[in-house]
Amino acid sequence: MKFAIMVNEGPYTHQATDSAYQFAKAAIAKGHEVTRVFFYHDGVNNGTRLTVPPQDDRHIVNRWSEIAAQHNIDLVICIAAAQRRGLLDDNEAKRQGKDASNIAPGFRISGLGQLVEAGIQSDRLVVFGD
Amino acid sequence: MSDDMDFEEGGAIKKFMFVNRKAPYGTIYALEGLEVVLISAAFDQDVSLAFVDDGVFQLVKGQKTDGVEMKNFSPTYRALEGYDIEKLYVERESMETRGLTEDDLLVDVQVMSAAEMGDMMAQQDVVISF
Repeated sequence: MKFAIMVNEGPYTHQATDSAYQFAKAAIAKGHEVTRVFFYHDGVNNGTRLTVPPQDDRHIVNRWSEIAAQHNIDLVICIAAAQRRGLLDDNEAKRQGKDASNIAPGFRISGLGQLVEAGIQSDRLVVFGD
Repeated sequence: MSDDMDFEEGGAIKKFMFVNRKAPYGTIYALEGLEVVLISAAFDQDVSLAFVDDGVFQLVKGQKTDGVEMKNFSPTYRALEGYDIEKLYVERESMETRGLTEDDLLVDVQVMSAAEMGDMMAQQDVVISF
């Protein structure tokens, strides 16, 4: 089965992002495909490469980057939600006149159409949030 | 559109339901949820909106937000008709327990019981809740 996932809460604050990751891992282990993870609301904070958790804790951002690289998952951060919350890729940083970008490897910034498209193209869209 | 997803030419229209559960201004869910609804209109899908729990407050007439320095986005619900989004469902129990009647709402809606709402949700292909 082809799954798409939506993550609506920030890392470490809320379990939604952990549950989404564990779901993705379990689905892949069962032979399913996870095509896209769409990050919305505070979920966009899953994609900042400046995250530095304590060494004895899980690294949520790196975990997404790694699973995406291993299984060809499209990690998409909503542009409107990202801009409100200070998350920029190189292009957006330049366009907005900011002196830095902070998007993590494997993530890309795009529009909400990517979420609707994921709903259309996948067999199931699974939403993790409050 | 990403290359790694199969796009079915002329695929069947899917039934999308956006479930609004939160009050309009205490958190950003209602506002960002509405942004998804507006984008979805561009995809020619069968879109409906459900309002349950505190989500029914999103539709209340006469919202004044100057005091909290937030934009009053409630007129957008009136504009949904122009996007061909005309299926607005309100759960009766949520509305009545909050002391509201249909006359308090700023758009025409279909009021239904929790059980009917459940049936409606069961018919959907994609349910996204905010």
